[in-house]
Amino acid sequence: MRRAKNFMKLYLPSISVNEGLARSAVASFVAQINPTIEEISDIKCAVSEAVTNSIVHGYKYKEGQIYIGVKYYEDKTVVIEVIDKGCGIEDIDVAMAPLFTTDTSGERSGMGFAVMQTFMDKLEVKSRLNQGVRVTMIKKLG
Amino acid sequence: MEKVKFVFENNVLTVKILGDIDHHSAIHVREKIDSVIFDKKPVLILLDLSLVEFMDSSGLGLILGRFTLAKDLGCDFKLYKPCATVKKILSLAGIERLMKIEGDE
Repeated sequence: MRRAKNFMKLYLPSISVNEGLARSAVASFVAQINPTIEEISDIKCAVSEAVTNSIVHGYKYKEGQIYIGVKYYEDKTVVIEVIDKGCGIEDIDVAMAPLFTTDTSGERSGMGFAVMQTFMDKLEVKSRLNQGVRVTMIKKLG
Repeated sequence: MEKVKFVFENNVLTVKILGDIDHHSAIHVREKIDSVIFDKKPVLILLDLSLVEFMDSSGLGLILGRFTLAKDLGCDFKLYKPCATVKKILSLAGIERLMKIEGDE
C-alpha cells in the first residue's frame, strides 16, 4: 500500500455539538490539497452524515467514542474513516437504501447513506451487531 | 446566537434560517418553527434558505417535516433561495418535485 502524504486522527465523544466540529476539522485538513468549493462541501456533508449516524443510531444518544481518520495521498485521493463502537447495523443493505429510516417521528429523511454514496466516489460500510460500524469513504479530488 | 428569524405579514410566514443546518441545530430550529406556525396559522410558509451555507440530510428531514405539517394545516409551503451547495442535496432527495423553490437564479 502506498504511503499517505498526510493523515489526521480525531476522537470525539458522541454528542451532537461535535457534528460541526468533525466536518470543519476534516474540511480544514483536506484544504491542504486545494479542493474546489464543491469538493469540500461534498466531503463536509458526507462526514456530517456518518458522524450523525453514529450519534443517533450507533450510540442512540448515549455517550460513546467516535473515531475519525482522514488521510490523503500524492494523487489527491482522500480516504475518510468514521468508526463507532455502538449497536451496529443488522442489515446494511436495508439501512443503506434511500429513504430507509428506523426513526418514526418523520423528522429524519433516511438519506444519510445516499448522501455519502453520491457525494463521495466510494463508500464501504462494515458492521458487527453490538460491536459497531466502520464507514470508509474515498474521494479523488480533481 | 439566534438560528432562525420570523417575519409574519399578510398571512405569509417567512422563516429565515441563519447558518448551518445539521442534526444538532435542526432539533432546536424545528421546535421554534413549529411553535410559530401553530401560533400564527399562516396561509403560506416561505422557508428562506439564503443564509444557509451548509445543510446535510437532517436539513432534508427538517424541510420534509415542516412541509408535511404545512400540508396537514392546509397551508402552502415554499423554499426560498437555496445556495448551490444546498440545492445539490435538495435535488438528491427530489425536493423540487414536492414543493416550489423560489428566488432561483
